[in-house]
Amino acid sequence: MFKIVDRKEMADGSIIMNQIEAPRIVAKAKPGQFVILKANETGERVPLTISDLDAEKGTIEVIYMVVGKSTAMFKALDVGDAYQDVIGPLGKPTDIEKLGHVVCVGGGTGIAVLFPITRGFKNAGNQVTSIIGARTKDLLILEDKMKGVSDKLRVCTDDGSYGTKGFVTDALKDVLENSRVDLVVAIGPVPMMKFVSALTREYDVRTLVSLNPIMIDGTGMCGCCRVTVGDETKFACVDGPEFDGHLVDFDGLIQRLRAYEEQEKEAYDNYCATMGNQ
Amino acid sequence: MAEKSTKKEKTPRQPMPEQAPEARRRNFEEVPLGYSAETAMTEAQRCLQCKNPACVKGCPVSVDIRSFVGLVAEGKFSDAIHKIWEKNSLPAVCGRVCPQEIQCEGECVLGKKGEPLAIGNLERFVADYERTQGSGELPPKAEPTGKKVAVVGSGPSGLTVAGDLLLKGHEVTLFEAFHKTGGVLVYGIPEFRLPKDIVASEIASLEKQGMKIDCDAVVGKTVTLDEIFEDGFDAVYIGVGAGLPRFLDIPGENLINIYSANEYLTRANLMKGYRFPEYDTPIAMGKNVVVLGAGNVAMDSARTAMRLGADSVRIVYRRSRDEMPARAAEIHHAEEEGIEMYLLTNPLRFDGDEKGRVTRMECIQMELGEPDESGRRRPVPIEGAEFTMDCDLVVVAVGAGANPVLTQSDPEIALTRRGYIIADEETGKTTKPGVWAGGDIVTGQATVILAMGAGRSAADSIHKYLTWGW
Ligand SMILES: Cc1cc2nc3c(=O)[nH]c(=O)nc-3n(C[C@H](O)[C@H](O)[C@H](O)COP(=O)(O)OP(=O)(O)OC[C@H]3O[C@@H](n4cnc5c(N)ncnc54)[C@H](O)[C@@H]3O)c2cc1C
Ligand SMILES: Cc1cc2nc3c(=O)[nH]c(=O)nc-3n(C[C@H](O)[C@H](O)[C@H](O)COP(=O)(O)OP(=O)(O)OC[C@H]3O[C@@H](n4cnc5c(N)ncnc54)[C@H](O)[C@@H]3O)c2cc1C
Ligand code: SF4
Ligand code: FES
Repeated sequence: MFKIVDRKEMADGSIIMNQIEAPRIVAKAKPGQFVILKANETGERVPLTISDLDAEKGTIEVIYMVVGKSTAMFKALDVGDAYQDVIGPLGKPTDIEKLGHVVCVGGGTGIAVLFPITRGFKNAGNQVTSIIGARTKDLLILEDKMKGVSDKLRVCTDDGSYGTKGFVTDALKDVLENSRVDLVVAIGPVPMMKFVSALTREYDVRTLVSLNPIMIDGTGMCGCCRVTVGDETKFACVDGPEFDGHLVDFDGLIQRLRAYEEQEKEAYDNYCATMGNQ
Repeated sequence: MAEKSTKKEKTPRQPMPEQAPEARRRNFEEVPLGYSAETAMTEAQRCLQCKNPACVKGCPVSVDIRSFVGLVAEGKFSDAIHKIWEKNSLPAVCGRVCPQEIQCEGECVLGKKGEPLAIGNLERFVADYERTQGSGELPPKAEPTGKKVAVVGSGPSGLTVAGDLLLKGHEVTLFEAFHKTGGVLVYGIPEFRLPKDIVASEIASLEKQGMKIDCDAVVGKTVTLDEIFEDGFDAVYIGVGAGLPRFLDIPGENLINIYSANEYLTRANLMKGYRFPEYDTPIAMGKNVVVLGAGNVAMDSARTAMRLGADSVRIVYRRSRDEMPARAAEIHHAEEEGIEMYLLTNPLRFDGDEKGRVTRMECIQMELGEPDESGRRRPVPIEGAEFTMDCDLVVVAVGAGANPVLTQSDPEIALTRRGYIIADEETGKTTKPGVWAGGDIVTGQATVILAMGAGRSAADSIHKYLTWGW
């Protein structure tokens, strides 16, 4: 059992942070890696990125958006409750090195995934410009933490309720126009990563994206997480989750993410109905 | 003597009672129902008690078949289980999944003129009798040695090593990457062929003997082999199986509802997708299902799809019936359940709809040509013989390879070109001191009994090493 020792609600309760006791994972985790969590005996295996850790307390942090039954069940877990299983760290760590100017672009919950990577690039001696965005002010997360690990931080909201009005790609274009950029790291909803990659291709700037296909084992045993990168099929859980954004077939990924939409809806509706009746 | 043997030949091989095909093709309960004590004794009495029993030579772990069968014939079921345990610690599993027709039963002299003795059915009977009505008496354990052994992977190979070393007085901890133990016995082989409570009860009895279980431990990621040694373990056995799924590498293979057999069976068995939404993990319910391949894995996938409500399930295999690698019993069961065989048929590409879901497979008819390096006649395409099959679910069951997660984390472990661990054939020793390996990660995907056999030899070698230091 893996105990939750701290918990926070963000973005009007649509995004949840958990700190979970997992000393063995803490000892190994590097930026860019993820864990798989299972709430109970009948639960799904859900991949979430390690967004931070506390070596002294032996805890990892995950931040997730409530989008379906499994994440809704996670949301119902309180401090003191426990996940039945937490498995990791999985996936390849981000290849962090000193490159010069790195631009980190995050959207929605992707900012949580982006944070440890941004900190890694900053600590490696890079000049870091971060661009984070959300639909609206209340949904923006981790602004302070991102500020703490960036030389410059730009904030955008789609509706202009905070920061600059517009998409992260607008702010990124501005940076690309006005400075030399050695690497862009873009993490967020798949369409956002697709647009960022299309933009950076025009400027010929290497771009890393972090992919989130549906997974089962997370250790390369099922092929459920396969994505097309260039001409090759890759397993995101072991070959990734980070890939060259200029080579990823984002449309294929978007389709595969919808593989179970009917069942997901059924499970979520059932769950909400049961919770409603209690 | 002559009189006695003619009398015996008259008793036919006792059939295994089974669920009727029409009923079982839609449920997940076990297909064979098991012998009664009476039937088991009748069957066992057919044995000729050969002086030089051929059956034993056919058994990869040399179970003393003649003796255990003799004990069954006399109704001494407890003695029979102890006789089997001398060589095989998972008889309830082996009785159900071993390919007896090419092992013990394939050699049995009764088979020369008539039907061989039903050794598998008897083994299964004895193990089930012990589990449900036996004394529950565990084999005696040696004095504690104070030595600690880590077993990585909880499939049949790892479980055998664990069982043997516990009895010899060593402390054993089982490290397993999944949230549940059992390896392929749990995530791969379906409930209707190997009920999961049987595997659970085998593991529970190892726990009673003191085995510790460490699930959610992906060795190579969560902990490394060196860290296991730093934690005070004296030896490590690696039995991580061959879990890397192979695909065909043909166009359209990443469409939705094309699964590797590993994914399909893991969703169904380990995650209990067949009980969705009671269990949260979904699985596609295909109406027109195509399964590529003809081994046990393919049969299990096809029969699972049938049980999940398919209207039609087709096995597509590029060679002919004679080359199908599955156990004879599984092919027979599959056909009884209405699964069709498209032999000498090779898939070429998949097409999908606007949502990216598979709708069609194009294939080509093959014919047998010259023998290839494996001695089997090589299938060659017949020119112009392309045709298409409509399908909404495809399961690719064309084999598996070595998963590199553990092996690539430790450069001291030497690998073959294809990524399998190089281990001494007799002892299971790897190139890293204090580390043994066996089962599918050494041989490539093979059988439960071979994985267990490798475990047994390695356990002997580990015991020697812990006792004398080599
Ligand atoms: C390596 C990896 C790291 C991830 N890290 C995070 C993270 O740090 N924070 C976070 O909030 N989410 C993360 N995800 C996504 C997260 O796993 C899914 O949101 C979660 O599985 C949804 O489960 P559910 O049952 O609540 O929703 P479901 O009912 O399964 O799905 C509801 C909706 O979410 C979409 N969805 C389902 N699975 C995924 C998925 N794997 N990725 C994206 N959308 C999905 C569906 O298409 C559907 O629209 C990560 C995914 C991967 C593969
Ligand atoms: C669907 C299917 C049906 C089959 N049917 C039959 C049959 O009827 N008869 C027969 O004889 N054989 C059958 N086989 C083959 C047989 O199951 C295997 O040969 C046998 O299970 C191999 O045993 P093993 O102990 O080597 O590995 P496995 O049973 O594969 O177990 C390996 C275990 O190691 C774990 N593991 C992997 N990597 C790590 C890691 N890094 N750290 C920790 N743990 C790890 C895995 O999760 C798994 O639990 C079948 C196989 C499949 C897939
Ligand atoms: S070969 Fe057949 S008849 Fe002879 S001992 Fe073995 S099981 Fe009995
Ligand atoms: S999740 Fe199974 S191979 Fe990646």
